[in-house]
Amino acid sequence: MKSNRPVNLSPDLILAVNLKSPVAIASILHRISGIVIFLLIPVLLYILQGTLESPESFAAIKEDVFGGFIGRFLVFVTLAGLLYHFFAGLKHLVMDFGVAEELESGRNFAKAALGVSAVSIALAFVWVVL
Amino acid sequence: MKSATSFSRSGMSDWIVQRVSAVILAVYFVVVLGWIALQGDVTYENWSAFMGSTCMRIFGLLALASLAGHAWVGLWTITTDYLTVRQMGNKATFLRLLAQIGMGVLIFVYIVWGLKIFWGN
Repeated sequence: MKSNRPVNLSPDLILAVNLKSPVAIASILHRISGIVIFLLIPVLLYILQGTLESPESFAAIKEDVFGGFIGRFLVFVTLAGLLYHFFAGLKHLVMDFGVAEELESGRNFAKAALGVSAVSIALAFVWVVL
Repeated sequence: MKSATSFSRSGMSDWIVQRVSAVILAVYFVVVLGWIALQGDVTYENWSAFMGSTCMRIFGLLALASLAGHAWVGLWTITTDYLTVRQMGNKATFLRLLAQIGMGVLIFVYIVWGLKIFWGN
């Protein structure tokens, strides 16, 4: 069976190609952040469960998770993944309406999404970790 | 042949599921994170009053359902792009199915766990 459908690059080529194009960087990070969020959902559920169960468990989460560097850093990584995925997703939804589909506008839109995400993630770092 | 593992067995339907769930999750993210950021001092009293309200419990369940559909469509796309015979040989089909089963089990756990948190008591 002969297929003319486009194929995906192999992982080593993804890296080689991605490092050259903001569009490709934005795209692969969208996928990676999605996987990261999915695997870190238990962190959010654990915090949600603890903080909502009782005043005692709320205090325990505050102490155990937000009291030390490791817990704060884990929350930061989860939040960073969510923030990136959020802005990359917004870009995707806007592009569904036919916006920024040309080469130059597409690149600029990708750069804008990467820039806004970077700023929000930096703010999240200051807020959660420091 | 139609795919046997896509969320709704239809590309167009999966596409819509992905968009609608994305909007729901995005609004939920903004509402919860915005509340925390604007609250200043988050205590058990104000946090549990906010998240325990009927409105936020329903929204939480809606977000969980959206997460299930959104994660399946997104991760399914990734597995069918990279865990393929072209990328990694004949073991790919087995690995892809294994990854998809793992995804399904995790999604199930997330839903039941989240249900317990939002509606358990």
